[in-house]
Amino acid sequence: MMRRAWQYVKSFTLWDLLVGLTVTGRYLWKRKFTIRYPEEETPTSPRFRGIHALRRYANGEERCIACKLCEAVCPALAITIEAEPREDGSRRTTLYDIDTFKCVYCGFCEEACPVDAIVLTRFHDYHYEQRGENILTKETLLAIGDRYEKDIAEDRTEEAKYR
Amino acid sequence: MLDGLLLVALIVAKIIALVIGIIVIVLYLTYLERRIIGFMQARLGPNRVGPFGLLQPIADTVKLLGKEIIVPTASNRFLFLIAPIISFGTALAAWAVIPLDQGVVLANINAGALYTLAISSLGVYGIIIAGWASNSKYAMFGALRAAAQSISYEIAMGFSLVGVMMAANSLNFQQIVLAQTGGFWHWYWLPLLPLFIVFWISGVAETNRSPFDMAEGESELVAGFHVEYAGVTFALFFFAEYANMVLISALTSLFFLGGWLSPFEGIPYLQSWFAWVPGFVWFFIKFSFFLYCYLWFRATFPRYRYDQVMRLGWKVFIPITLIWIVVIGLAVQFHLGPWFSIEGMAS
Repeated sequence: MMRRAWQYVKSFTLWDLLVGLTVTGRYLWKRKFTIRYPEEETPTSPRFRGIHALRRYANGEERCIACKLCEAVCPALAITIEAEPREDGSRRTTLYDIDTFKCVYCGFCEEACPVDAIVLTRFHDYHYEQRGENILTKETLLAIGDRYEKDIAEDRTEEAKYR
Repeated sequence: MLDGLLLVALIVAKIIALVIGIIVIVLYLTYLERRIIGFMQARLGPNRVGPFGLLQPIADTVKLLGKEIIVPTASNRFLFLIAPIISFGTALAAWAVIPLDQGVVLANINAGALYTLAISSLGVYGIIIAGWASNSKYAMFGALRAAAQSISYEIAMGFSLVGVMMAANSLNFQQIVLAQTGGFWHWYWLPLLPLFIVFWISGVAETNRSPFDMAEGESELVAGFHVEYAGVTFALFFFAEYANMVLISALTSLFFLGGWLSPFEGIPYLQSWFAWVPGFVWFFIKFSFFLYCYLWFRATFPRYRYDQVMRLGWKVFIPITLIWIVVIGLAVQFHLGPWFSIEGMAS
């Protein structure tokens, strides 16, 4: 009986509704979680798997020795490699294409690579303007590697003890 | 002859000024809606177009006006196109009698309150015609729900209005407001508190806004009566909905919060300090508060179930208003308190 009366009082004073309104009213003043993307960015881990790159040694020699382990391990068959001996007799790739539309950014290529040549960098905001640009050729990959070498090397040393 | 022309020109100028004012308010209401609801959900809302996203509504308008008007083949073309015009027209026509300040009103007619109630009921025709002419089951359901809801809540609203009318002894907006002279505690929200709450909630239901937005019900009806509309025709419905929100807010502040009257009236120092503030500023603040409540409700409450909406309208609001009308009748008869004293009734 008392409980029913109390229920009536509660519903006629709109008690529950007012409680709900105070909750949203409080949230109006709370800190907002939106990241204003181009100006602000979420922090990325050194293990972040973004755009691919081919690295070079400090003396400018490309690392890749065309062992084709990455091509074999790639679950999406995104990597195509052709290899020939260079004039000095060392084994190098003549073709190293990654189709980024096929790529699933699993990072297996990086794990398979015995010489740390192919890596996934922490850069993820890139785009293509022409059809066909999605296939990253050897030149593009090496250029990306040259551009971000400092960051790539930093991330690798930071992660070295876990590898 | 020239005098007549001048008068017409003056009236047209007044109408244009009022309509532009409403358009600006509606535009920024949509902006504030997205912004405030965003803030209440701990995110930012639109903030990219212009400083703080302030040009967002203009970008939206340009986008909507630039879109194609799609008329479904199976629809009734004439009715399909006339429906948004009816909605838009009635939403604006109701503003003719709303006083913005003492004497600042387009048409100071004696049955002003009745006129707004009648015009806001006419708006339902736009919705029904839109739903029927679209020849789509979702639009039809949405229109029927909107119509049923508007009609049910109109009754509770009308009864609340009867209470106000009895208290103020007039249907003229100017006199209703002037009857509330004497500061914050003299406004009708206090003696007519149940009617005030019923009127406000019915107003929210009447404009088909959350939590009473069964007519839209995107989870079950896609978008309600305006599913088939695109471009300008949709923009007109959208505008009509928001103009009605502003109208209901304005009506509530006129009937229950003393319209353009200063809240500091009768308080020794504050009264003279705030005497310079023009009336329409107070009016603006008051109806802005109600508009904010609209957005606040939308951010807070889940949608009612349809039968609950009907139950609330018929079994709760109408009895409450009926009882309170009797109470008001007795209070007026015996000149209770400062609200119904003999001097106040002099008008």
